[in-house]
Amino acid sequence: MSAHTASDTTGERGKDTPAVVIDSVAKHFAEVHALRGFSAEIRYGRLTGLVGPDGAGKTTLMRIMTGLLVPNGGSVTLAGLDVVKDNDAIHIVSGYMPQRFGLYEDLSVMENMRLYAQLRGMNADQHTDIFESLLEFTRLGPFTKRLAGKLSGGMKQKLGLACALMARPEVLLLDEPGVGVDPVSRQDLWRMVQELTDEGMAVVWSTAYLDEAERCESVLLLNEGKLEFDGPPQELTDRIKQRSFRLTGVSDERRAVLSRALDLGTVGDGVIQGDAVRVVLRDGAGREEIDALADEAGAKLEPVQPRFEDAFIDLLGGGPGGTSALADRMDVVELDSDIAVSCKNLTKRFGDFTATDSVSFEVSRGEIFGLLGPNGAGKSTTFKMLCGLLKPTEGEAHVVGHDLRRATGAAKSQLGYMAQKFSLYGLLTVRQNLEFSAGVYGLEGAVKRERIDEMIETFDLKQYLTTSPDSLPLGFKQRLALACSLMHRPPVLFLDEPTSGVDPITRREFWTHINGLARKGVTVMVTTHFMDEAEYCDRVALMYRAKLIALDTPDALKHTSRSDKHPDPTMEDAFIHLVESADMEDEARADARAAA
Amino acid sequence: MRRLFNTFVSGRLRAQIVKELLSVLRDPRSRLIVFAPPLLQLLIFTFATTLEVRNANIAVYNQDAGRWSYEMEARVGVADFVDKLYTVRNRDELRRLIDQRKVIAALDMGPDFSRNIAAGGTGTLQVIVDGRRSNAGQITVGYLNAIAAEVGTDARKEPQRASPVVVRHWFNPNLIYRWFVVPALSGILVFFSALMITALSIARERELGTFDQLLVSPTTTLEIIVAKTVPALAIGTVLGLLMIAAAAFPFGVPFTGSFWLLLPSLLLFILSVVGIGLMISAVSATQQQAIMGAFAIGVPAVLMSGFATPVENMPVALQWMAQGIPLTHFLIIVEGTFLKAMPASDIVTNTWPLAVIALVTLTAATLLVRSRLQ
Repeated sequence: MSAHTASDTTGERGKDTPAVVIDSVAKHFAEVHALRGFSAEIRYGRLTGLVGPDGAGKTTLMRIMTGLLVPNGGSVTLAGLDVVKDNDAIHIVSGYMPQRFGLYEDLSVMENMRLYAQLRGMNADQHTDIFESLLEFTRLGPFTKRLAGKLSGGMKQKLGLACALMARPEVLLLDEPGVGVDPVSRQDLWRMVQELTDEGMAVVWSTAYLDEAERCESVLLLNEGKLEFDGPPQELTDRIKQRSFRLTGVSDERRAVLSRALDLGTVGDGVIQGDAVRVVLRDGAGREEIDALADEAGAKLEPVQPRFEDAFIDLLGGGPGGTSALADRMDVVELDSDIAVSCKNLTKRFGDFTATDSVSFEVSRGEIFGLLGPNGAGKSTTFKMLCGLLKPTEGEAHVVGHDLRRATGAAKSQLGYMAQKFSLYGLLTVRQNLEFSAGVYGLEGAVKRERIDEMIETFDLKQYLTTSPDSLPLGFKQRLALACSLMHRPPVLFLDEPTSGVDPITRREFWTHINGLARKGVTVMVTTHFMDEAEYCDRVALMYRAKLIALDTPDALKHTSRSDKHPDPTMEDAFIHLVESADMEDEARADARAAA
Repeated sequence: MRRLFNTFVSGRLRAQIVKELLSVLRDPRSRLIVFAPPLLQLLIFTFATTLEVRNANIAVYNQDAGRWSYEMEARVGVADFVDKLYTVRNRDELRRLIDQRKVIAALDMGPDFSRNIAAGGTGTLQVIVDGRRSNAGQITVGYLNAIAAEVGTDARKEPQRASPVVVRHWFNPNLIYRWFVVPALSGILVFFSALMITALSIARERELGTFDQLLVSPTTTLEIIVAKTVPALAIGTVLGLLMIAAAAFPFGVPFTGSFWLLLPSLLLFILSVVGIGLMISAVSATQQQAIMGAFAIGVPAVLMSGFATPVENMPVALQWMAQGIPLTHFLIIVEGTFLKAMPASDIVTNTWPLAVIALVTLTAATLLVRSRLQ
């Protein structure tokens, strides 16, 4: 690999020469300010994280750095070349991997690589050594003849990386390489990037996952087009070092404790972490209030390692309060039975392919139940069968005692559903959306008016009533979607990746409402790919290859993966461990069969 | 039946109908698709496209010095459809004029043209037509034929019996092209608007993700279909009536039949188209697919409906297929109502197939939406 990376250039440039100089760069699209004018430097031999929630301006900055967009103000210099004036040269010194790398799906791995070599003006036949080292580096060697379209998400990213590395770039720009890649392949990507930076290349890794930022040597933290932080991630987390605590021993009361903690003036941020509650105190605040709360709740308060996401929230001035105005207005849900949702041998086959294979579980009233799994593991199929969007091939599903196969109408009026991307009618105004949701659930007359007014007041939507949901700020969009799905006061709420693409503060507010609802007895079913969000769940079902491979509380799942290597495993560690052991079991079974 | 009635009065349905109407009227894309083509087509079809030949240039190579060839040349020269008459002196010149598209047709009269007529024989002249413009060329030949026939009649000195056949066109005696096209346009435009509105409706919701939201609510498939039918029905009816009014008033096409028979036929026609549109929408994942589907079905349907070529001239298999196209039946009704004062019995003959098509396609659309739930 070392034969064709930037290693030969590091000698003259040194580690201290900036690879990219961003000088008060600004970009706006019509009314939208994507970048609000900031300066920063990116250095050689380092992995720099470009971190921020969706819409923060990460992709815009990436595209300016590769010369695909012209900034409205300021300038960017990459490897000593101005991205506007020396546009042609930029494409030679930089390698860019967009979010969806333009692989030709009908060409094989090798054909894709040859094509990219030729596009770079290289003679494909003379560079077999480069191909070999790239294939070895990406571990794609055994798959050279496979069509790119048939590769898994992780392998596609690796092939994209191989193509981007073809022309020995000095600066490598990776736009959200971790999206759609399962945790195991993600480890592989990190390893490759590490090798590249060791050889002196400047690598920029953009991500919306704040936990990925902790693995970068340096971080540019963007929020709403502004640079909030520039430096090593440790520096940011150190700011809240003495202020991060964990309250343990509050298992049954953790939601109430979190809610009360967040309402304290001295607490800036807090989340649920399995059986414990994690809080961050405001800058300069004393421990007295939280100590008092811990005593009252009979909890143990211990200092913990701060996380990057907590530091980010702290930087933005803390998260929302702990009281959900929505939940306060809801009546306590009473059900005839303690089981709110159940399924038995639930199976779905599409032709020969089994998407969900005999899944059974029961969810009790007031429980937050998480459904997790890698892409294509069957979690959305299972979820869709539970809320009546798909008919099971075999088995049955019940919502509040109603069979989804027979009493569909009755079952459906008992559930609320909030989809990814919120599914609002952009052509209708906010008020018309509310009226539609109320109407479609059969609310009429005074009740309808009352509920709509209530939602407007609870979620503070008054100022937006005549605008389209499309032009709402993200946080309000989410409030509206939640309002629409709760208009008919359902005892069961289904959330399909409710917070993907949402900034952490909006996410906190959302979970405040969900926690409040759960305390009122609303049962919540949620799918997510944020591992830290799984911590909010009472129980988590992990699906892999159409099967339910684990079902337990988050802490118990983490406990099973505890080892010498990971004494205090995260949810992601647990996830990787469980998926890998399921793979090993499969292999062992296959071996046993072969032996027999 | 009771269930159907409950469906119609429920608040759920009202909420959905309001949503559908607002979606169509507030979506700039569907507004464009619904309202721009009718206006454009009305203008294009009625003013630009016409099957009549006007402003044609004709060349004449007259080798004869006699009376009848001059008569012929003079009459062609003053004919309405002729713009310019080129007199040429040799064949090369004639060939060049046609080659360069200066003329659409040329008359070549031999030296013995008048002599033969004077001798009581037949005067023969040659007409050379530009085959590259075959349609207009053929029509020009027709006009020239008529002139030649007139000259021939005059050439007989004794008063002759009138020419054996005199054609009189009933219902449209002057064969005014617009009398045929404008009423038919009302059918075609309603067909495309209703098809587009409905084809986009489910696909749009699927693209936005709101269709799942709708499916998890207690609303029934029947309600979804009804709610999506209403806006198309309302907009289609308004458009259709506007087009019919445009035909009757500004264009002066005689409206001889019964409006009260035409209106229910129009409604049935729209319903049958809505069924087709919803079927397309139910199987499309995106709006783009839906638009492609609507064109893939819509364009052949218009071509086979009898608007462009008479259904009777098509192969038997295609004639059968044409019976399944709602537009085929509605064109007969609307043309008949305008020009022929079509009686109720004839209208019913063409409305019941519409009712059958509507029933079949709407049922199929409902089943398709339901099967998508699997």
